Amino acid sequence: MELCDLSALEMTQLLRQKKVSAVEILQSTLQRIGQVDGRSGALDQTATEEDKEKVHSFITLTADEAIKQASVVDAQLAAGKDPGVLAGVPFTVKDIFCVKDTPSTAASRILANFKSPYTATAVERMQGAGAVMVGKVNLDEFTYGSSTESSAFQPSTRNPWDTHHVPGGSSGGSAASVAAGEVPLSLGTDTAGSIRQPAAFCGVVGVKPTYGRVSRYGLIAFASSLDCPGPVARTVRDAAAMLQVISGADIHDSTAATVAVPNYLEKLEKGVKGMYIGLSPDYFRIVFPDPKTGDFQEKTLPKEIAEAVRHAADVLAKMGAEIVENVPMSNTRYGIPAYFVISRVEAASNLHRYDGVKYGLRTSLPYTDLRKMYKLSRNQGFGLQPKLRILMGMYVSAAQYSEQYYQRALRVRSMIRRDFETAFDPAGPYHLDALLTPTTPTTAFEMDAVYGDSVLMQYADQLTVPANHAGIPGLSLPGGLDQAELPIGIQLLGADYSEQKLFQIGRAYEMATENETWRQVKPKVLR
Amino acid sequence: MSEQITPEIFDHLVDLAALELDAKQAEYLRKQLNNQLKAIHELEAIPLDADIPISLHGVPFTAAESPTPREDEWHPYPNSKEILSQAPQLEDDYIVVPDIPHTTLK
Repeated sequence: MELCDLSALEMTQLLRQKKVSAVEILQSTLQRIGQVDGRSGALDQTATEEDKEKVHSFITLTADEAIKQASVVDAQLAAGKDPGVLAGVPFTVKDIFCVKDTPSTAASRILANFKSPYTATAVERMQGAGAVMVGKVNLDEFTYGSSTESSAFQPSTRNPWDTHHVPGGSSGGSAASVAAGEVPLSLGTDTAGSIRQPAAFCGVVGVKPTYGRVSRYGLIAFASSLDCPGPVARTVRDAAAMLQVISGADIHDSTAATVAVPNYLEKLEKGVKGMYIGLSPDYFRIVFPDPKTGDFQEKTLPKEIAEAVRHAADVLAKMGAEIVENVPMSNTRYGIPAYFVISRVEAASNLHRYDGVKYGLRTSLPYTDLRKMYKLSRNQGFGLQPKLRILMGMYVSAAQYSEQYYQRALRVRSMIRRDFETAFDPAGPYHLDALLTPTTPTTAFEMDAVYGDSVLMQYADQLTVPANHAGIPGLSLPGGLDQAELPIGIQLLGADYSEQKLFQIGRAYEMATENETWRQVKPKVLR
Repeated sequence: MSEQITPEIFDHLVDLAALELDAKQAEYLRKQLNNQLKAIHELEAIPLDADIPISLHGVPFTAAESPTPREDEWHPYPNSKEILSQAPQLEDDYIVVPDIPHTTLK
């Protein structure tokens, strides 16, 4: 085991004991990146056969700046100063966050030359806690996708467990960089499952916090009522420690809630005795359109995934949790159709700012007037997925269709929220502490297998998107491996601001399963 | 179900969106839009009681959970040139854009 394979909290402990330096930890990290990552994503590149064996987490590696930051941490420790709770811990940042003087591309050609004049609050808080940013990692263009394949910066990220499979998305670079042992922590975003789905596909821990728990300041917006920054980590403890650092009110974001942030580590190992954990049949079947006919069909989940969730329930029951069966979550299936409407309307609105005037790409082609310049710049700068979202957003929010589509979707969102309110109501019939579900309907699919079918790709988020509609927190944990040795993710969903409870359950499961065979298997790129 | 987004509606949307697509892109995008609308139509089958409100956010924002709005005061940005330097075309700290489209009135 190398230094870079340690958890974030193990690293800080060794650092404080002066057994290692921050620079040594960083060197181990950079060595691992050199071994497994291959070339970084860039415009106008395509994947070669050699590329197909590497991970390609990064768009921008900031090694020189990272060495400076690590040296500062070492100097602070030598001077007897406290460098922060995540001192010397390397982390990556999804390239949808602005970081001052660093390219902030959103994986789009239209922002390829953009250097932000300021740093996102979540990144600033990580750096303030002594963590060392080693680079910006790849994602689906503007976060629009579930496989990272739509990035304009190719080769796009590949799954460390099998590089011929997708890492999930849109935070594919975040999840892959953590799974490959490049870093113990990454900052991602989750709009429909974009942290939890890649975390599940890459066998790591992913947290979508309650909407408003983490500031969105400096996050390049997709769907402003759904976007949530959150941690990707290898352990529940690390995820909790990172959320502790990035959470809380922010003068720059009026939607960052003023609700006090509890000490997430304090009760982490208190167990689950007496907790009520629900299972819902509505999370064990999926409804999706047939790729050829477009007709909707209902299927039960793959056996291995359903069994992994059932196994987790059994493990928690043995530890004293009460498992509540048959919790109705009947509006789950409407999450994707409602998301198709709400997210597109918000995306279209957010993407109007890219016009070749203030920043970003302005076309190099000849133009006659302002309107023509807008069109050429936007056509050249945006890939197919942003264009698709702009067009759909404009269509469903048009005055003549708004009631039929947009307003209806917003009311369906209320119904999805009500399902959760009923399940978690302490005075209600189920009074759950958490709902236990699969994170995804499949394990990581092969590269190119779904890309291009925007409908089927969206249905990869069917089990994660309800939490975004409802605003509630969700935690995805590794829950086993399928026959192809690809990770299976299990998900815990809780009431608003119940992250502490989800961490407690997740940690209990992690401890109870630490000696299971599948936990000893490493991603292929590390074998 | 017939295609809801016809080539004519599609072209109108493309113009409103300030895009300019080649034929291959247009064909792909229009097909995907119509496929997505099929999924969206599932919403129409849901019985919605009259009392179900619109939710703009999942988590309700009450005064107790929201920060007090800061005063609406002007503060100079410490380094405005840094922001301006991102503009594709600049002249004496002004962002330069091409002429607006002109229409000759009859």
